Amino acid sequence: MALPTYASPLERAWHATYLVICVLVFVFLISPILVIVPLSFNAEPYFTYTEKMLSFDAEGYSMRWYDSLLTSGMQASEAVRDGAWWSDLWHNADWVKAAKNSVIIGFWATILSTILGTLAALGLSRPEMPWRRTIMAILISPMIVPIIIVATGMFFFYSNPCAIFGFGCGRLTSTYTGVVLAHAALGIPFVIITVTATLSGFDQSLIRAAASLGANPRRTFFKVVMPLILPGVISGGLFAFVTSFDEVVAVLFIAGPDQQTIPREMWSGIREQISPAILAVATILVVISIALLTVVEILRRRSERLRGVAAH
Amino acid sequence: MSDVASQLTTADGRPLKAALATAQARAKRRAFFLVLPLLAFIVITFAVPIGQMLQRSVYNDGFSQTVPALTQWFEANPKGTVPDEAAYAALASDLNLMKETRMAGDAGTRINYVVSGMRSLFTKSARKAADLEPPYMAALLDIDEDWQDPRVWNAMRTASSPWTLDFYTIAFDRERDADGKLVKVDENQRIYFKLYIKTFVVAAVITAICLLLAFPVAHLLATLPMAKANLLMILVLLPFWTSLLVRTTSWIVLLQGQGVINSILVALGIIGDDGRIQMIYNQTGTIIAMVHILLPFMVLPLYSVMRVIPPSYTRAARSLGATSWTTFRRIYLPQTIPGIGAGVLLVFILAVGYYITPALVGGADGQLFSNMVQFHMTKANWSMAAALATMLLVGVLVLYWLYDRLIGIDKLKLG
Repeated sequence: MALPTYASPLERAWHATYLVICVLVFVFLISPILVIVPLSFNAEPYFTYTEKMLSFDAEGYSMRWYDSLLTSGMQASEAVRDGAWWSDLWHNADWVKAAKNSVIIGFWATILSTILGTLAALGLSRPEMPWRRTIMAILISPMIVPIIIVATGMFFFYSNPCAIFGFGCGRLTSTYTGVVLAHAALGIPFVIITVTATLSGFDQSLIRAAASLGANPRRTFFKVVMPLILPGVISGGLFAFVTSFDEVVAVLFIAGPDQQTIPREMWSGIREQISPAILAVATILVVISIALLTVVEILRRRSERLRGVAAH
Repeated sequence: MSDVASQLTTADGRPLKAALATAQARAKRRAFFLVLPLLAFIVITFAVPIGQMLQRSVYNDGFSQTVPALTQWFEANPKGTVPDEAAYAALASDLNLMKETRMAGDAGTRINYVVSGMRSLFTKSARKAADLEPPYMAALLDIDEDWQDPRVWNAMRTASSPWTLDFYTIAFDRERDADGKLVKVDENQRIYFKLYIKTFVVAAVITAICLLLAFPVAHLLATLPMAKANLLMILVLLPFWTSLLVRTTSWIVLLQGQGVINSILVALGIIGDDGRIQMIYNQTGTIIAMVHILLPFMVLPLYSVMRVIPPSYTRAARSLGATSWTTFRRIYLPQTIPGIGAGVLLVFILAVGYYITPALVGGADGQLFSNMVQFHMTKANWSMAAALATMLLVGVLVLYWLYDRLIGIDKLKLG
């Protein structure tokens, strides 16, 4: 924002202050994320920059925290790094197990919430939809209701899902299904919000055009609607995946020892003895979030171009 | 007009009005059936569990299921009757039952909520229940004088029904005195409602700080050319996409005693090595970390509103002689109100129910209401946890309703 030529000295001073404030806020936003990256390569078990690090001495840096991250929980972490060592790593290392769980749970939760959410968003954006406002409010509520309430509710319900009918039928706590269902519910608002936003710019006459050209509803959906809303659906899915990938409270309550995810491991890491190994995980997660952000931004621009929103 | 309409028919001879109504009903049904699977999913995996949990706040059978004899006595004698020998006989038989079923702890816990220190009364008496002999009144008073306390008898009377509002009484920092009247508990024992109020105050402080920080940034982003704004937007969106635990960890690293900020301050000589400031594991830490985490939720709605405010309005105001302050106050600010409303309500709603960050960096005084719910959950005080959860949920739902009224839930956008 340029300052007009008629600005008074006071206004110029204020404008400069305003820019400084903005810069400070940006620093506040971004520095916590960047500051941990170099620290994860610290050769010492400290949470601050050592003198060697500041003088860019190679001795001040090391991969030891990444190493300890990989090997913790292995049966023979000191062994020679041959095929058996890698197999040990794949099957026994705590963080590898956690990563596998996070990906499995995140994947299925994303599939479930994206399919159900997209269908619902298609219905919600039809002009004929009855009780739209109320239903929308219910579907968005998992994002609004405090997570601790959701998690405790699910904990009781999943301990015995048939209790409302008065009999027992096993339990969903300590199962993958339970965690996936919980995470799908938590991810759904993001899918709904993103896909309805995409559909709000969707030209409904395209559907009528397809129909008038002889396409049946299914063909219309797959050939006309789907390609146009796909970017929105994918970003909604990514949101749902990130929600699951970052979720810890429901996991704390519902998951058993076999379903420990990355956030769950981080949680105990932070609560018990915070070591720089946590920073190594954090750095990896920051890299993942940068990748996801890039994908979402590309999708958003593509979607806007497809819908002609950002034509100017 | 209506005559003409009723005469019009479709190609197959049906009245047009009826045909139209059928078609519209079909379209409605189709739209609804698309939403139905998800609605069913959310109701079953989300709404029902929460409802079921909340029911525990008014239902607790920890005491009622172990006292069949006392329940009979309470039914036979109206409220206010001084317990007689028959009452103590019933009590003795129930204590025997508690001993056999090992439920004395549960029963005592239930009474303990209402009259503190009474759990041991039950466990102690149940242990000796087998040796009790008539007259029971004297025998029981011999074990503990507390059996005379009318508060205990009042508490047992209410607890003999599983349905109760006792947990809400506690959650609102009230108790019943000897006459059964609701009174506030002692100043130093007011925990729950005090924390409830404090949670809303802390959330308001966080929201205010977020607004103050987000306003200039959103304004800058909205007035810069698109290319530059998109670039700077990444600085807002990256924290938004970064794991919450990562961001909380970062703040621990930055703020702790041996952390980055303290080390910089020491290196610069601003504070001595022994004067390191405690910025984390207390309320300050909670507020700083939560402002950081919630700031994008304030910037994004503000930005989307500011982006579409035409710059010509402010220019017109200036050309008509308004000072820059007047222009801002009278012309620009009123146009940003929808964005401010959306951001403030969203951040406030999210802040009120926050759990993870206070739990990790809150220390003793930075805990919020969610943490209290969790505390009672881990102590297996299900009913207490449920009552507190209900209070929190009601607060949040009122705000959510307000959001829907004022802004509209369909206006919610991400990124």
